[in-house]
Amino acid sequence: MSILSVKDLSFDYPDKSILHRLTFSIDKGDFLCIAGTNGTGKSTLLKLILNILRPLEGSISLLGKSSVNFSEYDKIAYVSQKATSFNRDFPATVEEIVSLGLYKKNSFFKRESKKEREQKIDEVLKKVGLTEYKKKKVGLLSGGQQQRVFIAKALISQPEIIFLDEPTVGIDVSAVDSICCLLGDLNKAGLTIVMVTHDISSVLYHSTKILILNEAGGGKLMDSEKFNSKPIFAHFSHGGHNA
Amino acid sequence: MLEIFTMPFMQRAIVVAICISVITPLIGNTIVLKRLSAIGDALSHSGLAGVAIGLCFGFNPIMTAVVFSIISALIIEYIRSRFSNYSEMATAVVLSFGVGIAAVFSGFIKNAASFGSFLFGSIVAISQTELITVVILAIFVLAILLFLYRELLYTAFDEESAQLSGVPVRSVNLIFTILTAIVVSIAARTVGALVISSLMVIPVACAMLVSKSYKQNMIFSVVFALLFTISGLGVTAFYDLKPGGTIVLIGIAVLILLIFVRKKE
Ligand SMILES: Nc1ncnc2c1ncn2[C@@H]1O[C@H](COP(=O)(O)OP(=O)(O)OP(=O)(O)O)[C@@H](O)[C@H]1O
Ligand SMILES: [Mg+2]
Repeated sequence: MSILSVKDLSFDYPDKSILHRLTFSIDKGDFLCIAGTNGTGKSTLLKLILNILRPLEGSISLLGKSSVNFSEYDKIAYVSQKATSFNRDFPATVEEIVSLGLYKKNSFFKRESKKEREQKIDEVLKKVGLTEYKKKKVGLLSGGQQQRVFIAKALISQPEIIFLDEPTVGIDVSAVDSICCLLGDLNKAGLTIVMVTHDISSVLYHSTKILILNEAGGGKLMDSEKFNSKPIFAHFSHGGHNA
Repeated sequence: MLEIFTMPFMQRAIVVAICISVITPLIGNTIVLKRLSAIGDALSHSGLAGVAIGLCFGFNPIMTAVVFSIISALIIEYIRSRFSNYSEMATAVVLSFGVGIAAVFSGFIKNAASFGSFLFGSIVAISQTELITVVILAIFVLAILLFLYRELLYTAFDEESAQLSGVPVRSVNLIFTILTAIVVSIAARTVGALVISSLMVIPVACAMLVSKSYKQNMIFSVVFALLFTISGLGVTAFYDLKPGGTIVLIGIAVLILLIFVRKKE
C-alpha cells in the first residue's frame, strides 16, 4: 500500500498557478527526491502534503488518510528550510531544540519523565553524530551540524515518514555528503524519506525515486536507477508533459 | 538612612518591582525571539488610552488599561493574520490609535499629574488596591507562562513545524498576546508606558550575551531585570529621580558594559 499518494493535485497562489493535475505515489520504505527549477512549487507541494496549505483540487493521502483530516502528527516529521535562516543568536541548546520533537498534542499532563527524555535525546544525538554537542548553543554550530540537529529533532519522535525541505543548501560539499549518507542509512533502516533538493546528484545514490516538477505544474516520477542512465539536463527539458 | 525601606510605600514599591521584574522579561524573551519588539510599544500606548479613559470616568486605571490593551492585542492579531507578511503595519496602526485616544481623553482629566505618572511611572505612589491588583495579575501571568513553556519555545523557534507537531499555534499566539497586554498595563504604572518596552527587551538582550541555553536565558533575564529595578528604586529613594527612566538607564549601562566585555573575550 502506498504511504503517500497524490492525485490530480492543483494549487494556485492568488496571482500565480503552481501545480496542475499532479499525480504520483510512493511506497513505505521509499526515499523520494523532489527536484525542479526554482519556483516550480517544490516547497508548496510539501506544504500541501503536510496540510499547511489546502489544495485547490485533487486529493492527497498520507499513511492511508486524507491529508485534510490527518491527525497522526506523531507519525510524521518535517525539517523546514531552517539551517540557512536559523538565527545565530537564538539562545537554545542542541538538547533543548531536539527535545521539541517529543512534543505531542494534548501532552500537558502526560509528559515523559525526565530520565526517559534524556535517554531518547542521547540516543538520537548518537545517531546523527552530535553527542558531544548536546549542551552547545545551536547558533554556534556549523550549517551542516545545525541541519543534523533539526534532523535529530525530527527523528526523536520515531516517525514513519520524514519530510525535508532543501536540507543541503549552503553547506559545504563534504557536509552535504555526510548528511546524504545519514539519510541513506536511516532509509535502509526502514524510514520513508521525502526530500526536496536542488542538488540531485549528491543524493541520487541513496534515493529510490525521483519526482521532477516542471514549469507547467506537472511532474514526472521515475526510479532513481532509470534517472541515473540519462544525462541530468535531459530530464528537465523533456519533462514537460504530465506524468 | 536605610529606614526608608521600612516605610510602607517603599515596601509596596519593592513588592511591585519584584512582580514586574519577574514577568516582564519572561514575556520579553518570546517577544525578542519572535522579533515582535514593536508590539510592546503598541500595546503600552493603547494601554495609555485605557488609563486616560479610566481616570476620566473614575475607574481603576490599571483595569481599564488591561481591557484596552487586550482589545488592541486582539486587533493586532487579527491584522497580522490578514497580512502575515506585514505584521509591523498592525502595530503601527494600533499604536497611533492608542496615542490618539489617550491624547483626546487626557484633556478631560482633572488631575493631570496622575496621568503623567503613567507616562513615566510612579512606583513609589502605589496604593494598597493597586498592589493587590498587580500581585494577582503577576501570579496569573507567571503561571500561564510556565504552563506554556514548551509551546512558546517551539513557536519562537519555528511556527510551521510547531503546528505540525500539534502545537495549537494560533491559540498560543493569542494567549501570549493577551498576557503581553496584561503585563504592559501593570508595568505602565511602575516604570511608565513610554519605557515599558525597554524593560521587556533590555534584560533579555543582556541575558542573551551571557546565557548558554533557553532556560538560562529566561532565568538570567529575570535576574537582570531585578537588578535594574531594585537598584533603580534604591537610587530614586535617595535622589529625586523618576524611577522609570532611572531603571531603564541602569539597564542600558549594563548592556553596553556587557557588550564591551564580550567583545574583549
Ligand atoms: N505565499 C505565497 N504567495 C504567493 N506566491 C507564492 C507564495 N509562496 C510561494 N509563492 C510563489 O510560488 C512559486 C512556487 O514557490 P515554491 O516555494 O513552492 O517554489 P520552490 O520550487 O520551492 O522554489 P525554490 O527552489 O526557490 O525553493 C514561486 O514562484 C513563489 O514566488
Ligand atoms: Mg523551496
